[in-house]
Amino acid sequence: MHIPDGFLSTPVWAALDVLAAPAVGLAVRKTRREFDEGRIPLLGVLGAFVFAAQMINFPVGVGTSGHLVGGALLAYVLGWPAASVVMTAILAIQALVFQDGGILALGANVTNMAIVGVLVGYLPFQLWGGGGATARKIAIFAGGFASVLVSALLALVQLALSGVPMPAPIAGISVGLFVVSALLEGAITLAVVQAIETINPGFVRTAGGSHRRGATIVLATAVFLAAVGVIFASAHPDGLEQLAIKTGISQRATNLFATPFSDYEAGFLQSAWLRKAAAGLAGLALVCGACIGFGRVVARKRSA
Amino acid sequence: MPKSSLIRVRNLRFRYPDGTQALDGVAFDLLPGECVAVLGPNGSGKTTFLMHLNGLLSGEGEISICGIPVQKNTLPEIRQKIGFVFQNSDDQLFMPTVLDDVAFGPLNLGMAPEQASDRARRALEQVGMQHAQGKAPYHLSAGQKKRVAIAGVLAMEPAILVLDEPTTFLDPPGRRALLELLKTLPQAKLLVTHDVGFAMDLADRAVFFDQGNITATGTVEHVAEKCGWR
Amino acid sequence: MHHAVIERWSQGHSFLHRRDARAKAAALLVLLTAIATAPGLPVAAGSVYFAILIFGFAAARVPVRGALARAAAVLPFSLAFAAIAAASGDPARAAILPGKSYLSALAVLLVVATTPLPKLLRGFEGIGVPRFLLMVGQFVYRYLFVIAGQAASMRLAASCRGGFGKSGSAHKTRFSAAAGALAVLFARSYGAAENIHRSMLSRGFEGHFHLLRNPRFGPADWTFLLSSVAVAVAVRGI
Ligand SMILES: Nc1ncnc2c1ncn2[C@@H]1O[C@H](COP(=O)(O)OP(=O)(O)O)[C@@H](O)[C@H]1O
Ligand SMILES: [Mg+2]
Repeated sequence: MHIPDGFLSTPVWAALDVLAAPAVGLAVRKTRREFDEGRIPLLGVLGAFVFAAQMINFPVGVGTSGHLVGGALLAYVLGWPAASVVMTAILAIQALVFQDGGILALGANVTNMAIVGVLVGYLPFQLWGGGGATARKIAIFAGGFASVLVSALLALVQLALSGVPMPAPIAGISVGLFVVSALLEGAITLAVVQAIETINPGFVRTAGGSHRRGATIVLATAVFLAAVGVIFASAHPDGLEQLAIKTGISQRATNLFATPFSDYEAGFLQSAWLRKAAAGLAGLALVCGACIGFGRVVARKRSA
Repeated sequence: MPKSSLIRVRNLRFRYPDGTQALDGVAFDLLPGECVAVLGPNGSGKTTFLMHLNGLLSGEGEISICGIPVQKNTLPEIRQKIGFVFQNSDDQLFMPTVLDDVAFGPLNLGMAPEQASDRARRALEQVGMQHAQGKAPYHLSAGQKKRVAIAGVLAMEPAILVLDEPTTFLDPPGRRALLELLKTLPQAKLLVTHDVGFAMDLADRAVFFDQGNITATGTVEHVAEKCGWR
Repeated sequence: MHHAVIERWSQGHSFLHRRDARAKAAALLVLLTAIATAPGLPVAAGSVYFAILIFGFAAARVPVRGALARAAAVLPFSLAFAAIAAASGDPARAAILPGKSYLSALAVLLVVATTPLPKLLRGFEGIGVPRFLLMVGQFVYRYLFVIAGQAASMRLAASCRGGFGKSGSAHKTRFSAAAGALAVLFARSYGAAENIHRSMLSRGFEGHFHLLRNPRFGPADWTFLLSSVAVAVAVRGI
């Protein structure tokens, strides 16, 4: 689901833009460590392939059909950092040329589909893809499934956090539809990977490796956060902001933003949207801080 | 063999990782000013042969270009001397505009951007495409794409032009225009083609590839006659 | 195809077409932010933004009706949510969602219809987007014209043989036929990428892209940027 501009509240889109930028930066740095610039054509052409793949319809029955989204597939071929970079490029072009997703909302869409979607799609493959043939098949399917489901749920949460009305029946129907398209993505991803491997087994990476335990923890954390996010968002439509206000951070953040300008433009900076933006950013920083802190503790325990 | 061969190949063998023996003891010379046509069936190893000349692939045997052996440390020099025009122009025109694309080689040679764009403009004039410098490659016709691809290698001022099936995607006027253009270019040429008429109009002699080896050589007419290639 | 039409529009020669991509990118971001942060977006402000954008299309000699229709790509999504908002007793939001999203899409379209995409992408380099990412984007766009063409011809060939998606044979076979088609498209794309890499090496590529310089950011670009920012902010205050 590509969120257009005009749907997300300022704290949400601004915070996600701020979050996505360093995440993409990290993916670019990791990609460059593995691929030199001579591989840019490969990344670009496979991006064009994912784009074009959407023109090939897969029959699902009852007169409908679906198509490949491709985040997990790219991750199996290129590894997650490069897949994130390619998906980011695709999302940017979709937003610019096809009016599919907004520009300010690009941070949200990149977070959902290029970062989290790709990571969540890659993890099952990384964890179980190195096992037996059946385990590998299940992992490939699960990657496609999880990638689309988690991306869509995140988008739903972001819309709810922005105060877009989401009555329970509508949310229920949406989640149902997401599950169906996630199942389809899993099936298409598996079928395409198998067909690709009959042409050349070297196209798809060998899974598994050294990061299995780290990957398990990341996966568990992601699922946990997604679950908390969904519950949280359904309970408090303006939740992120509430969190910041309750913890008193919002007031401090507003002061911080306002002080350097307060002599001549205090009125402008006092305006509601800036307060909201500051509150949203602060709330998000809080959540991120907690995650990083949690990760550190876990890492220390493991190395101890 | 004369020491002044621009291309000198001896006993070249190459096997793809999947086991296909694509080249099986090729010997070949290209003399200064010559234009040689390479004929032969699909899959006989013509493209594989060309890709050895500038070190894109490396098998067993000896290759030297203008007297310089093809090996890792000589590649930059070799790749400046050989202008390789790929069969599919879309593989070669990857930059967003025609000018960017033609300047790609000169920039890699270490030229300053201003110098590189001057070179590129001159090369575009040489192929009659200066009017298209701001255009995107995908807006050009197949014939125009081929001319721009040629400009892209001319901008590197090569000693030898290597063209892999240049007429593949061209209509008859495009083919005629290419023929006229190639006649005006002074470089020695190695031309892979299925188009015997094209080869006759352009080439001084021909070699015939079959199953990874040269099985006939002589005038284009002689080779075509001998190998039943019309 | 969609991108081919916009590509054609972007090849024009108007005042807007001639402005530096960085100026247009920056002006676009300011305008989008102004629209997004306007609380409630009053009808008056919305109409003035709309009028300015329409004027922009006309001045750039881009077909206004065609542009209006293309920006409408966002409407199905927006109207669905607007309907939900209306049904759940929030008529104000029901009006704002389609209004803001349509205006934003129109603004993006005006910039993309007057700037060739590769130039626009390079314009973003000025705002700190990594060049590696922009080059990947440039290649995605460049080869979209090639790979999408192949996909279209495969789809055509398939529909001549009964299609991947039409009734006839069993679902399972048609599903795997579609998967097979995608796998072939994938292998071709991979092969194309290898050939591109070879052609880069053949012209002396040694691991780093050297690019021609961006054109100079002239006084007209400054004037354009500053006045669009001023207008975007002023209208937001209406
Ligand atoms: N990348 C490759 N991997 C394995 N075999 C290849 C590859 N490229 C070409 N071949 C095989 O090598 C032989 C020579 O191919 P090629 O040089 O492309 O022939 P030509 O250009 O004369 O048509 C053919 O049998 C072809 O199938
Ligand atoms: Mg060939």
